[in-house]
Amino acid sequence: MSAAPLIGLGGAALVAIGLYGLIVGSDGLKRVLAFNILGGGMFLVFGAVARRGADGGFGGDPVPHALVITGIVVAFSATALAVALLNRLAAASAEEGKAPSDTPGGPS
Amino acid sequence: MSLAADIFTVLCLLAGLVFFAAGSIGLIRLPDPLSRLHGLTKADNVGLFFVVLGLLPQAGSVLAAVKMLLIWLLLQVAAGTVAQILAEYAQALGRSGGGRR
Amino acid sequence: MSLFFDAALILLAIVVALKVVTGRDPLTDVIAFIAYGIVLTLVWVRLAAVDVALTEVAVGSGATGLVLLRAAGAAATAKQEARPGRVTKGLAALVSLVVFLLLAAAVLAWPKPQPSLALAVAEHLPATGLGNPITGVLIVFRALDTLLETVVLLLALVGIWALAPDRTGARAWSGTPAPLSGMTPSGAQVLLAQLLLPVGLLVTVYQFWAGANVPAGAFQGGAVLGAMWVLLLLARLAPLPRLEQPGLAVLVLAGPFAFLATGLAGWVWAGGFLDYPEGIEKPVIIVVEAAIVVSIGVTLGLLVLGPAGPQAADRPGADAS
Repeated sequence: MSAAPLIGLGGAALVAIGLYGLIVGSDGLKRVLAFNILGGGMFLVFGAVARRGADGGFGGDPVPHALVITGIVVAFSATALAVALLNRLAAASAEEGKAPSDTPGGPS
Repeated sequence: MSLAADIFTVLCLLAGLVFFAAGSIGLIRLPDPLSRLHGLTKADNVGLFFVVLGLLPQAGSVLAAVKMLLIWLLLQVAAGTVAQILAEYAQALGRSGGGRR
Repeated sequence: MSLFFDAALILLAIVVALKVVTGRDPLTDVIAFIAYGIVLTLVWVRLAAVDVALTEVAVGSGATGLVLLRAAGAAATAKQEARPGRVTKGLAALVSLVVFLLLAAAVLAWPKPQPSLALAVAEHLPATGLGNPITGVLIVFRALDTLLETVVLLLALVGIWALAPDRTGARAWSGTPAPLSGMTPSGAQVLLAQLLLPVGLLVTVYQFWAGANVPAGAFQGGAVLGAMWVLLLLARLAPLPRLEQPGLAVLVLAGPFAFLATGLAGWVWAGGFLDYPEGIEKPVIIVVEAAIVVSIGVTLGLLVLGPAGPQAADRPGADAS
């Protein structure tokens, strides 16, 4: 048994952990963190597939590798936007002294 | 010759691991932030030094060996600074009534 | 033996992930998440994907961690929503288990032989003048993905800037973001920034230049460049940027627009969108990549900094050190 299936199974477990955290998360930050864990696990499953496709003198299939690199940067962009939304929500609810669910943003 | 180099590598790595283990145990077991940091920096500095020293004969080329030494040096600078900042933060917290935020 | 090491590494990733999901303190959770990214980096090295490992540690762990740290403070003060009940938790665990079993089945029953584009890449890579297959895929074979990736970063920045609180009498998208840290930087921190700046710039140029042939590239180099800027800002050696500066917009837009211009020019000189002219592929790719490095670095820094703060217009000079 080589490393690829093992890491693939590990990635699947990380996806499950992230999904669980995403559902039961009690605040926005927790859900963002869980979503990133889910993404990291999914990338690993993809990486295990790439490792199995090693050929042509490369350590792995370079196409999935490039896609994962793109994926990591896109996940970061989404996280940064989510965090900015969370911060704005916290500031808005602090300003108005209400629960976050009552003030979905600035004046509309 | 290569056997002697291998034995040197194994011994140095073992010494490095001892320091890393000691630093990790210190991080978990020691009571206050400053002594935890003290334990951790031992792992960063001496432990990594032994690991790099042990790997030098296996580097294969002088350039690779120099790169490893540079990495150790960079980590020294970074770890030292981080320990300093954390210690100052811990002291500031201690003065202002202590406890975590 | 190495299989034992891989198993230990995966187990460590799972334990840290559980720690993040079940933790109670936002700051601790975010720090655990950064550790998770570093463990994943080692797993990527074990998968012989050094390019991905570099991206994971720089962007997935470093830049994402920095952004999340900025949210940890706000999350600590935010009102907690009701914790899910036992039924919800049980159902969530059940759904997660099913997803795990499906994915595990997919992993264990994968097709033989594994479909792979590695041979196709190896066949066409010499035509690009590049030695690193992943750079080849990113910049040449799947250039449209990479172009849109830089646009996604741009869109995230637009979205974040649009979240700035309203200020009467101020121009939209003007002012400075809130400082990264309320603490006065210590002497050690300033020294670190001064020492690391030349090293970081060297690493940036090396990553971009060497990325053509060995694992590295524009995104990893850009991330290091962004980190150097954040380091200078933390040490208060550089002023916080004023978002309305035209120079800033030029730096942010240089990468995507240089890429887009090359793509459009491809119709004229090579007969297709994002085709490179034969014979001078390498120089053109280098110019585009250099612009991408600068744009990524500045954009990552701006994404970490967030929208303009409300205090910038009300208290002029409050951001100066």
